[in-house]
Amino acid sequence: MSLSKRLALIFRAKASGALDRAEDPRETLDYSYQKQMEMVQQVRRGLADVATSRKRVELQAHQLTASSDKLQAQAAASLAAGREDLAREALVRRSAAQQQLADLTTQEADLQGQQDKLTAALQRLQAKVEAFRTRKETIKANYSAAEAETRVGEAVSGISEEMGDVGLAMQRAEDKTAQLQARAGAIDDLLSSGALEDASGSSKDDIQLELERISSTSDVDVELARLKSALPPGRPPQDALTAGPAQPPAAQS
Amino acid sequence: MIVRILGEGQLELAEEHLPELNELDAVLAEAVNAGDELGFARELARLLDRVRALGAQVPDDHLGSSDLILPGPDSTLAEVSALLSEDGLIPG
Repeated sequence: MSLSKRLALIFRAKASGALDRAEDPRETLDYSYQKQMEMVQQVRRGLADVATSRKRVELQAHQLTASSDKLQAQAAASLAAGREDLAREALVRRSAAQQQLADLTTQEADLQGQQDKLTAALQRLQAKVEAFRTRKETIKANYSAAEAETRVGEAVSGISEEMGDVGLAMQRAEDKTAQLQARAGAIDDLLSSGALEDASGSSKDDIQLELERISSTSDVDVELARLKSALPPGRPPQDALTAGPAQPPAAQS
Repeated sequence: MIVRILGEGQLELAEEHLPELNELDAVLAEAVNAGDELGFARELARLLDRVRALGAQVPDDHLGSSDLILPGPDSTLAEVSALLSEDGLIPG
């Protein structure tokens, strides 16, 4: 048997399971309609989850971009201070941040695709649910239990197939969302561990501290040189002035 | 006849196209049975292109079931195998 025929039969078997539940086939209509409404709600919630997840990823992408820019600036500052080792470290971290950003962007686009598909699926489902509601009322008003059976079967199996299809789209979207959230969680950990430095500015990373140390040391040197040059000529600087008269020379470091 | 592409909806196709679809379907089924991931992706894309070209969109509010159901364009071999497995994995 062909693949497409087999799939059609599998979906139909699922639908007939839904039909076996009630004595009066007309009751099946209400039961099925209730299931359809639940499915519509479920898809709406699923779409909201996808949107939330994408928002979080957008925020992270923004943070990673800021990290990357800051590390680039740190690398330049390190080189200007003659610290190639520090510049290299900053660039290594920048490269890691950019890798994360690239992965995140791919997954984000993927999730956007799932969101679009699920939105279209919801639209189809809603159109069918509305058509089902009308059909349901017509059948209940015009047919006895015995007469209704075939008509109920047609309506329920058609919509059951649609629900199966939407259910698969939901699963996919949920899987992608879960994958993305796992990655987002890992990146949050990475950001808070300082391995990519904290772009929020709430804490200073080690490269920043080292740069500040270099900068303050050189400020001190500049200031010292200025003070020295301001001393009256002919008077050599006295180390004793800073060390204090009571300190033995061995205690100086 | 009505053909559903999972994730895309239903299309109406004239019966005369069935032999051609069956041929493409058989090649696709072969790839599934052989576990040939690349062949599966290629043949699925070919079959879906044909169905889209030959079929006319069924209105969204149509309530009938489909005669044939095809996996969606980005389905993996594993997903289709799971669908075809005994329990089927169709939710809803």
